[in-house]
Amino acid sequence: MAQKFTLNVNGKDHTVEAEPDTPLLYVLRDDLGMNNPQFGCGLAQCGACTVHLNGEAIRSCVKPISEVKGQVKTLAGLGTPEKPHPIQLAYIQEEVTLCGYCLNGWIMTSAALLEKNHKPSDDEITQALSGLKCRCGTHMAITRAVKRAASMMG
Amino acid sequence: MNKMTNPASLSRRSLLKGAGAGALVVSIGAPIGLNAVLGITKAHAEGTRPPLVPNELSSYLAVNADGTVAVYFGKMDLGHGMHTAIGQIVAEELDVPFKSVTVYMGDTDTSVNQGGASGSTGLMDGGKQMRMAAAEGRRVLVEMAAKKLSVTPDKISVVDGRCIVGNASDDAVKNVSYAELLGGQYFNTQLDWNHKEGNALYAPGKALPKDPKNYKIVGKDFPRGDVAWRVYATGDFVTDIKVPGMIHGRVIRPPVAGAVPVSVDESSIAHIPTAKVLREKDFIGVVADKEWNAIRAMRDLKIKWSEVTPPFVNTDEIYDHIRKTPIRKSAEDKKTKTGDIDAAFAGAAKTIEAEYEWPYQSHASMGGACSLVQIKDGEVHCWSGTQKSHYLREGIAKLLQTPIEKVHVKWVTGPGSYGRNDADDCGHDAALMAKLAGKPVRVQYMRDQGTGWDPKGPASIHKVRAAIDAQGKVIAYDYLSKGFSRVDVNTKGSSPSDTLAGQLTGAKLKSEDGFGYPSESYAFDNKRYTWQTIAPQLDRASPLRTSHLRDPVGPQITFASESFIDEMAHAVDADPIEFRLRHVKNPRDVAVIKKAAELYKWDTRPSPRKDQKGNKVSGRGIAYSVRNGTRVAVIAEVSVDRSSGKIHATRFAVAHDCGQIVNPRSLKTTIEGNIVQGTSRTLFEEVKFDPKNVTSVDWLTYPILDMTEKPGKVDIALIDRPEVAMSGAGEPSTRPVAAAIANAIFDATGVRIRRVPLTPERVKAALS
Repeated sequence: MAQKFTLNVNGKDHTVEAEPDTPLLYVLRDDLGMNNPQFGCGLAQCGACTVHLNGEAIRSCVKPISEVKGQVKTLAGLGTPEKPHPIQLAYIQEEVTLCGYCLNGWIMTSAALLEKNHKPSDDEITQALSGLKCRCGTHMAITRAVKRAASMMG
Repeated sequence: MNKMTNPASLSRRSLLKGAGAGALVVSIGAPIGLNAVLGITKAHAEGTRPPLVPNELSSYLAVNADGTVAVYFGKMDLGHGMHTAIGQIVAEELDVPFKSVTVYMGDTDTSVNQGGASGSTGLMDGGKQMRMAAAEGRRVLVEMAAKKLSVTPDKISVVDGRCIVGNASDDAVKNVSYAELLGGQYFNTQLDWNHKEGNALYAPGKALPKDPKNYKIVGKDFPRGDVAWRVYATGDFVTDIKVPGMIHGRVIRPPVAGAVPVSVDESSIAHIPTAKVLREKDFIGVVADKEWNAIRAMRDLKIKWSEVTPPFVNTDEIYDHIRKTPIRKSAEDKKTKTGDIDAAFAGAAKTIEAEYEWPYQSHASMGGACSLVQIKDGEVHCWSGTQKSHYLREGIAKLLQTPIEKVHVKWVTGPGSYGRNDADDCGHDAALMAKLAGKPVRVQYMRDQGTGWDPKGPASIHKVRAAIDAQGKVIAYDYLSKGFSRVDVNTKGSSPSDTLAGQLTGAKLKSEDGFGYPSESYAFDNKRYTWQTIAPQLDRASPLRTSHLRDPVGPQITFASESFIDEMAHAVDADPIEFRLRHVKNPRDVAVIKKAAELYKWDTRPSPRKDQKGNKVSGRGIAYSVRNGTRVAVIAEVSVDRSSGKIHATRFAVAHDCGQIVNPRSLKTTIEGNIVQGTSRTLFEEVKFDPKNVTSVDWLTYPILDMTEKPGKVDIALIDRPEVAMSGAGEPSTRPVAAAIANAIFDATGVRIRRVPLTPERVKAALS
């Protein structure tokens, strides 16, 4: 049976009615009409659906709405063209995109890394981003962008 | 040029109003009939909107009321920066600022059929046409300006869209802007169309394009305007498009390939709000108001499937299957065949031969395909990540038996594609479901439906042999590919028979044959190239149907041919580059190989290395290939962990010659993507299956390259030839990657591996 849930997304409270097992991904996209995150696999294997829950990068495609407690942040809430997060600026400056469908996951995961570690080593970047998928092969450019963002934040 | 505007919200008329100018578009002059097109020299931008046909300049270009320029492109951007490159080409020829140009792509309502994204022809064919159209646009505008300013056209120069007589710095100079001349009105100028559609479309005007020596915009690193909307989530992927009243659909695929639904228990989804079954013949899907409910219905629906004989062999039996299956079609390259192969082999001092194997591979796009179809007042509107919107339009018109004029397909950036992936299947599925539901339906494939059921790159074997004389000279070279067709389903998506929805609803099957030949310029005295194709394992609605996957059949053919060139070099104890340069004849091929060697700092010596001991060894290998005029030489450096069999590509040095370069930075991004994806396909990717179905259905069962496995370094040297026609870069650098890596492994270990992917298990087994 559908139930009412209240969740805070990008600083705003929303009340939605959904089945308790509905993954957060579909609540964000369907009920709240947000264009991010994206569906990639529904299996927590690719990261295209990544959002922050209380500052941690999580895979929203497998997170039931009933387990979502706290603040959700999506890519649109990370920064804006007027007030960008350094990782967003770095992606634009490094031109990190081929198809770009995976980009949400890499940016959100990188942002979570950089919040905790302003000066990640190459190996720390690689390990933090391991498991995310990019089918087009922008891995080299992603690495450059994360380093650039780190230098902006440091 | 800002972000790629969502084509869904645009019409030609709204575009022509210009951004913020507020002026209405009014075509001046009396309305004319569609067929009464004025002669090219008689009038410009007079009359009503000309028809959207290839021989009208207005089909490619318009000057908006505010002087900005709208470009209508019948291809699309799969992520390689085509918006920017086409914008640069048009801005260059028109002499307008780059930022004033916006390129609208792949919308059948605003563009003519230029073939879609196909064969790396975005610039080669598409860019060429847009250049000619823009040059003609400039000619027409200058002529209008000359008339208005009462001078001859040769007295006019154009600076930033302003036609000027005399010295631009003089305030009193006579001038008129493009906006003043034609802003908000259509060109009414005919082009000399070659009467071909698709990639081959070419319709120049009277104007010649600029001499590359005078370029100010082409050849420079203009920033891509299509990164920001993705980064800030302010634009739409096709998955984000919504229309009022839209419901969500999911298709259901059978557990055993080839099985069809016998009966459906609709009560099994009665507990899911709004869920409903849609069925036509053997096609079955579900819809619901909410996406999650559609997914639940897809999972819960109980279906009795027909009993069928499992159609496939096992994964590890595929190469024997290819060997023993009767040839359906064969072809020999007439252009390559030289001399008398059999006589040369009979007289050889030494012969060598080898056989190589390449698996089925999946596009495995980041997300399953997504499409939205709305049927309203008899008009069919489709939003799709297709590579070929004009052909998908044809397919949907046939599937729904609707006149093509009533079908409108808008391309919107999708979740990645590298040829004929699942996008066109999804467009047809959504069309069928929208018809059956009587509502707009958005369909997105699940992960297993994307990887498991997308058209595959064909599996193949390649037999190569060479005859060598007593002096170590190659006197005969015989190359044969045998495998599944690259066009078992056609790459265009223009016929229901080439889609799952069509094949499930009774479209007559139309499996075609095609493969390919090695492409290089080795001048061996006797040379023969042959291909043979076999029938698909399952003839309809097959998860192993084969079609175009990035650089169709190029990687597999070149894996074999360029590995074998190294095998020949080894047979005569020659350095792999020195051996290639003995035989390569085309000067541009020689240059690209030399460039890669220089970039890598190649030390000339035969492979394998003989100076290494211990568990970790390294080596370097080269491969080169040509694709429709683009030459690429790739040197791979790898490390091999002998105990685990794990390969890491520590460095690539790539030399790339695609003729004239439009945007070097975007080109490098494109090449880097090719190298990384090519590495992934070489080291990790193989579609697995059992007799019942494909078992590679997600990222665990179809692994691709992970961040921890990315190349250590990718160095790229671009060879720019401004005077040489653009020949495409979307795919060519994928082609030589596998052979370069295999050659590097041989250099490191002295062991030749002839089956892709080069997994740790396979490498370890080969080394032991």
